[in-house]
Amino acid sequence: MSETTMTMSGASEPLKFHLEGEHHVENGTLLGFWLYLMSDCLIFACLFAAYGVLGRDYAGGPSAAQVLELPVVALNTTLLLFSSITYGFAVLEMQQNRRGPMMAWLVVTGLLGAGFIALELTEFSHLIAIGAGPQRSAFLTSFFTLVGTHGLHVTCGLIWLVVLMVQVSKKGLIPANKRRLMCLSMFWHFLDVVWVGVFSFVYLMGVLP
Amino acid sequence: MSMKTFRRLLLLGLFPLTGCHTVLMAPSGDLAIQQRNLIIDSLILMLLIVVPVIVMALLFAWHYRAGNKKASYDPDWDHSTMLELLIWSAPLLIIIALGALTWVSTHKLDPFRPLDRIAAGRPVPADAKPLQVDVVALDWKWLFIYPEQNIAVVNELAAPVDRPIQFHITASTVMNSFFIPALAGQIYAMPGMETQLQAVINKPGEFNGFSANFSGDGFSHMNFVFHGLSEDAFAQWVQKAKAGGGELSRDEYVKLAAPSEQVPVHYYAGVAPNLFMAIMGNCVPEGSACMNNKAAAPAGGEEGAAVPAHGADSMAAMPMAHP
Amino acid sequence: MSLHPDLTRLIFGRLTWHEFLPEPIVVGTFIVVALGGLVLMGVITYYKLWGYLWHEWFTSIDHKKIGIMYIILGLVMLLRGFADAVMMRAQQAIAFGHTQGYLPPDHYDQIFTAHGVIMIFFVAMPLVTGMMNFVMPLQIGARDVAFPFLNNFSFWMTVSGAVLVMMSLFIGEFARTGWLAYPPLSGIAASPDAGVDYYIWALQIAGVGTLLSGVNLLTTIIKMRAPGMTLMRMPVFTWTALCTNVLIVAAFPVLTAALAMLALDRYAGTNFFTTVLGGNMMMYVNLIWIWGHPEVYILILPAFGIFSEVTATFSRKRLFGYASMVYATVVITVLSYLVWLHHFFTMGSGASVNSFFGITTMIISIPTGAKIFNWLFTMYRGSITFEVPMLWTVGFIVTFAIGGMTGVLLAVPPADFSLHNSLFLIAHFHNVIIGGVLFGLFAGLNYWFPKAFGFKLDPFWGKCSFWFWLVGFYFAFMPLYALGLMGVTRRLSHFDDPSLQIWFEIAAFGAFLILLGILCMLIQFAVSFIRREQLRDVTGDPWNGRTLEWSTSSPPPKYNFAFTPLVHEGDAWWQMKQHHYQRPLGGFIPIHMPKNTGAGIILGGISTVFGFAMIWYMWPLAIISFVALLATAIGHTFNYHRDYYLSAEEVAKVEASRTELLAHV
Repeated sequence: MSETTMTMSGASEPLKFHLEGEHHVENGTLLGFWLYLMSDCLIFACLFAAYGVLGRDYAGGPSAAQVLELPVVALNTTLLLFSSITYGFAVLEMQQNRRGPMMAWLVVTGLLGAGFIALELTEFSHLIAIGAGPQRSAFLTSFFTLVGTHGLHVTCGLIWLVVLMVQVSKKGLIPANKRRLMCLSMFWHFLDVVWVGVFSFVYLMGVLP
Repeated sequence: MSMKTFRRLLLLGLFPLTGCHTVLMAPSGDLAIQQRNLIIDSLILMLLIVVPVIVMALLFAWHYRAGNKKASYDPDWDHSTMLELLIWSAPLLIIIALGALTWVSTHKLDPFRPLDRIAAGRPVPADAKPLQVDVVALDWKWLFIYPEQNIAVVNELAAPVDRPIQFHITASTVMNSFFIPALAGQIYAMPGMETQLQAVINKPGEFNGFSANFSGDGFSHMNFVFHGLSEDAFAQWVQKAKAGGGELSRDEYVKLAAPSEQVPVHYYAGVAPNLFMAIMGNCVPEGSACMNNKAAAPAGGEEGAAVPAHGADSMAAMPMAHP
Repeated sequence: MSLHPDLTRLIFGRLTWHEFLPEPIVVGTFIVVALGGLVLMGVITYYKLWGYLWHEWFTSIDHKKIGIMYIILGLVMLLRGFADAVMMRAQQAIAFGHTQGYLPPDHYDQIFTAHGVIMIFFVAMPLVTGMMNFVMPLQIGARDVAFPFLNNFSFWMTVSGAVLVMMSLFIGEFARTGWLAYPPLSGIAASPDAGVDYYIWALQIAGVGTLLSGVNLLTTIIKMRAPGMTLMRMPVFTWTALCTNVLIVAAFPVLTAALAMLALDRYAGTNFFTTVLGGNMMMYVNLIWIWGHPEVYILILPAFGIFSEVTATFSRKRLFGYASMVYATVVITVLSYLVWLHHFFTMGSGASVNSFFGITTMIISIPTGAKIFNWLFTMYRGSITFEVPMLWTVGFIVTFAIGGMTGVLLAVPPADFSLHNSLFLIAHFHNVIIGGVLFGLFAGLNYWFPKAFGFKLDPFWGKCSFWFWLVGFYFAFMPLYALGLMGVTRRLSHFDDPSLQIWFEIAAFGAFLILLGILCMLIQFAVSFIRREQLRDVTGDPWNGRTLEWSTSSPPPKYNFAFTPLVHEGDAWWQMKQHHYQRPLGGFIPIHMPKNTGAGIILGGISTVFGFAMIWYMWPLAIISFVALLATAIGHTFNYHRDYYLSAEEVAKVEASRTELLAHV
C-alpha cells in the first residue's frame, strides 16, 4: 500500500491529507488576552450603565457637583495618561531588547500609577469623612463602585507590573516575558481608555453645568 | 368568520384535555377574553408550520430508514436554492403575521391603557368613572384600598360587573405579581413604584386572585377571592366593610405590614389619608420623611435633607414603572 | 476549654453548630452521601488509585481528559438536581387542602432554587463545556486548546462552585429566592441568612471558570484550525461552539457585574437594588436577563451542533444547507442579545417596548425554524440508521417543535400577561431545555463516547433510557401546560383546589419515568463497561463519521494527531475516506506538548475556602485564603517550564500499536 494519498480520478496532483512537518500554530496569547479585556470592558459597561441609571438618584444626599473636585481629578487623569505614555516608551525599549531603559520606564509607569491610586484613595476617604460614603445614596453607590473598580484594576496592574519586573530581571527579555509585557501593556492602555470614559461621563458631566 | 370557527374548534380540542377549570380559556373579564383569543389565534398561526414539521420529522425518519429499499438515497444532495428560499420564507411569513398581531394587540391590551370597551361591541359609556382600587402586596397578604368608598380590605376584593376598574399597584417590601386570571393578565407589584391595571369583570361570581411572583415563605398562601358583584351587591359589600371594623391608621398599617401568613379577610371602615402614597414613599410611620430619590441636598445645607412628609412635591417625583 | 465568644465570632464568623444538618431529611441525605463517599474513597485507596487520579486526571491539561471530567461533573450534579426535582414533584402531588406535604415552605423554597441553579450552572454548563472541550479540538485537527493550563484551572473553578452549592445542603442553607435571586427578596433585609451568599459565591467562582474557558475555546477555534480549514469548512458543531463561546465571553461579565452589585448591597450596605435611598431593583432584573437570555443560547447552540453532526452521520448524507445552517447560528447569536426584556413584560415597560422585544423574540424562531428544516432535509433521501444518538435527534425535533411554539406564544406580550410565571412557562422552558439541550447532550454522549473510551455504549440500555426519558418528559410536562392554562402559578408549595391534584400526580408519574430513564443510563454505563470487549471499536470510526475526530484512534493519543491533517472541504474525514487515505506509518516527528500541573486544582481548592469564608463572615480566613490565592497564582507564573517534546520514537511506538490493532480488524 502506498503511504501517500491517492486521488479519485486522474487529477494531475494527488491531494495531500496531512502535513509532514510540524504545524506551527500562531501563539494565541495576545488574542486571548484581548478577548479577556473585551469581557472586562463589559463589566465596566455594566457599571457605567448602573451609573447611568442611578447617577441622579441623590436621595437627599449630595450631588456630583457638590462633592467632586475637578482639579484633583484633572491631576489624577494627567498621571494616568502619562503612565500610558511611559509604558509605551518601555515597550519601545523592549523591542530594542534594552532591558535597563525598559525597566526604568516601567518604574516611572509604576510610580505614576501609584500616584493615581494614592490620589483616588485620598478622594474616597475625604468623601467618606464628610458623610458621602457609598451607602449614602444610589448615586454614591454607583460612583464608588465604578471608580473603585477601575482603581482596583489599576492596583492589580501595579502588582502585575512588579511581578513582571522581577521576572524580567530573573529571566531577561525572553519571548515569554515579552509576551507578558505586551499583555500588561494592553491592560494598562485599556484602563486608560476606561478612565477617559469615567472622567468624561462621571466627573465632567457631573460637575460641569 | 373563519378565524372564529377555528378558534372554537381549537377550544373544543382543548376542553377535554383540560377540563372545565381552564380559567384562562374561559375567563370572565373582557381583557382576559381578548388575551385568550390572542393565545388561540397565535397558536393557530404557529400550528400551520409546527404540525407539518412534526409530520415531516416522523415521515422522513420512517421512510428513509436504511432498511427501506424503496426509498431513494442521494448521499451528496445537500443544497437546493428553491428549498432554502422556502424554509426561510415560510417561518418569515408566519412571523410577519404574528408580529403584526403582536404590535396591535400589545398596544390595545396594554394594562396601563384606559379601557375603550366593556365587552365586544359595548363601548365604555361616556359618563363612566372607573372604580379606583389601590393594591398593596404585603408580606404575605393583599391590601386593597378603595379611596372613593374610604374602606380597605385584606385578602378580599370586590367590584361591580361591567364597570371599569383602575388598579394602582405597589408592594411593601419585595416584588409580587397581582393576578386574577379570570379578570385580566398580571402585572408586577413593586416596592416604591406604581404599576397600573385597567380591567373590567363581565360576569358575577367568585374568582381566584393570588401573587404570581415568588415572594418568600408565605407566598403559597397569598390568595384572595375576587367577587364580581351587581351594583347593588357591591353597595352592600361596601356597607359590610364599613361595618367591619376600625380604621386603617398609619400605625395599624405598620402592624399589618409585619410578615404574616394565611391572614383571614379583614375590613377597615376608614383609611388614613394619603396612605397609598406614603407606602410608595416608604414613609408610613408618623414623622418619617418621604424620600425623594431625585432630590439632592440643598446647596450649602445640611446632609440628608429630605422633602417634608406627605408633601405634594414628593409625590410628583414618585417613580412609576411605566414611562 | 472553650474559646472566648468574641474570638470564636472572629474566627468562625456567623457559623455555629446550629447551622450543621438543619433538618432530618438533610441528615438522611448526609448519611447516604457520606457513606457513598467513604465507600468511593475506600475503593480508590484499596486499588491505590489516588496517584493515578492525581497524575492522569486532576492535574491533566489534556483537553480530552478535562472534557471528560466536565461531563462526569455534569452527570453527578444531574443526580443532585434531579433529586430536587423529584422532591418538588412529590410535594406538589400531595400538598392539597389540609395536607401540607412533607416539606415546609422554607425547605421547599431552597429546593426549587437549588434545582434551577444546579441544572443550569452545574449540569447543563459542564456538560456543554465538556462536550466542546473534548470534541472541538479534535474536529479542527488541533493538538490541544490554546491555553491548556487555563483549561484545567477553569474546570476546577467550576468544581469549586459546585462544591459550595453542595456544602449549602449540609451547612446552613441555600438561597430561598428562586434561581435568579431577584432583589429585594435576595437583599439582606429579606434574606439575612447565608443562602443567598452561597448562591453569589458559588456562581461567581464558577463564573470565572466559565468565562476563561470561553476565552480559551474561542482563541482555539480562531487560531488553531488545521491548515485548509477555513471558517466555512468548519464542522457545524465547531461553528456552534464558536458562537456559544462568543456568547459566553460577551454575556458572563454581565452576570459577574450584577452579582457583584448584589454582593455589595449585601456586604457593604450599598444601594444598587435596595428599595430606599434611590436603589433600583428593576436594574438587577434587566442585567440578570441580559446575561440570562444569551445563556439559553449558550446551552442550546452546541446541542444544535450535535444534532447537525448526528443527523448527517446517521443519514449517511451530507448536511443539507450547511451555509444556511451557519448563518442561522450566527443570526441567533446576534439576536439573543435583543430579546432579554421578554422575561418581564409584566414589569410595565409600556406597549412599544414590550412589542419591540416580543417581535425580536419571534424573529429568532425564523433561523431556528430554518435549522429544523435543514435537519429534516438532511434526513430526506438519506439512509437512516436508528442508533441511539439518532433516536435522541428525532425525539428532539418533535419535542422541540412544541417547545418552540409555546415559546413564541409567550413572546406575545398580552398572552404573556396571562401565562407569565405560570406552570405553562415552566412546561415551556423544560420543553426546550430537556427536549433541546439535554436530548442533544445525550445524543452527543452516545455519539462521542466510543471516541473517548474506545468502546460503544450499550444500545439496548441506551434505547431504554431514551424511551423512558421521552415518554416521561411528556407525562411530566404536558400536565403543566394544562395547569398553566388553569391559572396555576409556579413555586407554590401548597394548593387549595383539590381538582388540580390529578394533574400533579400525572406529572409526578412522569418524573418517575424520567427517574427510570436516568437509572437506565447509569445501567448503560455499567453494562457497557462490563461488555466493553464486545462493544470495542478499534477503527476509531465506529459510525462511519464525516469529521476529523473520527480520523484518529479511539481513544485518541495524547497528541490527537501524529500529523496535522490538511483540509480541502467541509466533511474532511469523509473526503479522506473517499480518497482512500492511508494513515502514515513512518516519518514521525517530535511533538510539542504541554506539561501537567497541580496549580489548577490548588487554586480551585483555595477558592472554595475563600468562598466559604466569605459566606460565613470568617474575615481572617477570607483574608488568608485570598492572599494565598494571589500568591499561588503569581507563583505559578514563575514556572516557565510548561511544555516538553514527545520524542519521535514514542510517537512511533504509539502509532505502531495502533497499526497492529488495525491489522486485526
